[in-house]
Amino acid sequence: MSARLMQGNEAVAEGAIAAGVRFFGGYPITPSTEIAEMMAKLLPKVGGTFIQMEDEIASMGVILGASLAGKKVLTASSGPGISLKQELIGYASATEIPAVIVNVQRVGPSTGQPTAPSQGDVMQARWGTHGDHSIIAISPWSVREAFDLTIKSVNYAERFRVPVILLMDEIVGHLRENVELPAENEIEIYPRRAPKISRAEGYEPYAPDEDLVPNIANFGEGYHVHVTGLIHDETGFPVGSPKVTEDSIRRMHEKIERAADEIIEVQQEFMDDAEFAVVAFGGTARTAYEAVLNARAKGLKVGFVRLITIWPFADKIIAQLAKKVRGILVAELNYGQLVGEVQRAANGACLVKLCRKYDMTIFEPEEILASIENLVAEVK
Amino acid sequence: MRKQLRLSGSGGQGVITAAIILAEAAVAEGKQAVQSQSYGPEARGGASKSEVIIDDKQIFHPHVKNPDFVLAMTQKAADKYFSDLNPEGILILDDDLVPNSPDFKNIIRVPITKLAVEKVGKTLFANIVALGVLAKITKLVDFETIKKSVANRVPPATVEQNMLALQIGFDSVE
Repeated sequence: MSARLMQGNEAVAEGAIAAGVRFFGGYPITPSTEIAEMMAKLLPKVGGTFIQMEDEIASMGVILGASLAGKKVLTASSGPGISLKQELIGYASATEIPAVIVNVQRVGPSTGQPTAPSQGDVMQARWGTHGDHSIIAISPWSVREAFDLTIKSVNYAERFRVPVILLMDEIVGHLRENVELPAENEIEIYPRRAPKISRAEGYEPYAPDEDLVPNIANFGEGYHVHVTGLIHDETGFPVGSPKVTEDSIRRMHEKIERAADEIIEVQQEFMDDAEFAVVAFGGTARTAYEAVLNARAKGLKVGFVRLITIWPFADKIIAQLAKKVRGILVAELNYGQLVGEVQRAANGACLVKLCRKYDMTIFEPEEILASIENLVAEVK
Repeated sequence: MRKQLRLSGSGGQGVITAAIILAEAAVAEGKQAVQSQSYGPEARGGASKSEVIIDDKQIFHPHVKNPDFVLAMTQKAADKYFSDLNPEGILILDDDLVPNSPDFKNIIRVPITKLAVEKVGKTLFANIVALGVLAKITKLVDFETIKKSVANRVPPATVEQNMLALQIGFDSVE
């Protein structure tokens, strides 16, 4: 297939279809609207369903219902809409309903700057809903990766039965660039999990499999399934016991933690001789990469570390990085969010500095380069 | 060789669509292209800007700095977006909508919107007239490729009028 010009948001929709998403419920909001527009065009062609709901809360509710009924599902929104979805994201986490939520980040808080880029929802992606819960968030830096990570999001949602946040930003969402999409036979799809035993053999919908993930039957396929946001035992019915509560919360964390090394993806460039490193993600990483190239051209030994997986956080990789280099610069398009995680993981092994911006505009390479030079000067 | 363009005007003039078509034509010719845009929250009337970078190599940072070509379809856009032009670059202005030329060496004034109204029948075609102008001046992509890209992007019923608009723009400059 030859290259064509494609937008990041368009690539999300194409990726969703390729991943087997057959139900989209949404409510338009800049800068995510193109995803809904494309899904409305593409889904009917593959026998899927597109519904524009009355608001973002209902959009989240309807995809959870469709997921329980056996469909692979997606919704897309931005800051204000993602805030509204939080209660039901927690519900999806507690009830273990596979769902992908795309957040094309814009400037907040509140309605903020609707058309302007930001990466201010890093912590919301992890902690937007209340309570101890498990979640996965991944962030693309290119249009092609928007396609690939949408597929990965759907696969993770299905495999771990967990809500997955595709943490886009306006930079990548609205960017158009050359893309060559993979052939269908190159794409790996994780199928919907299914019961392994019958009701007569003692099937319980929330009994965990070996990977700690339950094989919850789809509604309408002959099994009795009870779904509640209350803490429940293997039957799916609420139980007010300390042991069940503890076991339930632990299992929901451990099902992700035990696969963390596999889930956590980090791109590292120029690290062999690096004395310093720039950590970035999403659209900002494109600018950071140019800044690193410019720094190297000036003779500074700087490496480039791009977090593809935001949550679970790359603790081990950052801890190793902090032992290797003398200073880390975290470049993010917000007041400072990811930097706290990097500092925690670095645990004092090297200096960690923040390069931040929150004025509606993206970084220029010169701005990140200046911060790199300041970091180098401060360490030496 | 990297070339950078900025197309600017107000929302509704179609500068973003023109930029997309130009980038699509570059991709069709096997080049690397990145197109980005910025606009206000208004559906129409706010400032609108779209940037295109064309290169043989992969493009990372997506924003234009020191563009080689700037198209301005409003006075406000002309005043705002010419300042970081490459000194050897070219500033293209809508002759009627930008009465005052900014202080810049290489300026080409074309009655883009007037041509769209008088020769194609609607202001709506001003962006495609502008695209014809850009194709002629920038020489970044073959005119035949641009024609194909326009035909692929516009509603089928309007292909003929858009082809006319493109040709009129192309023929309006030396």
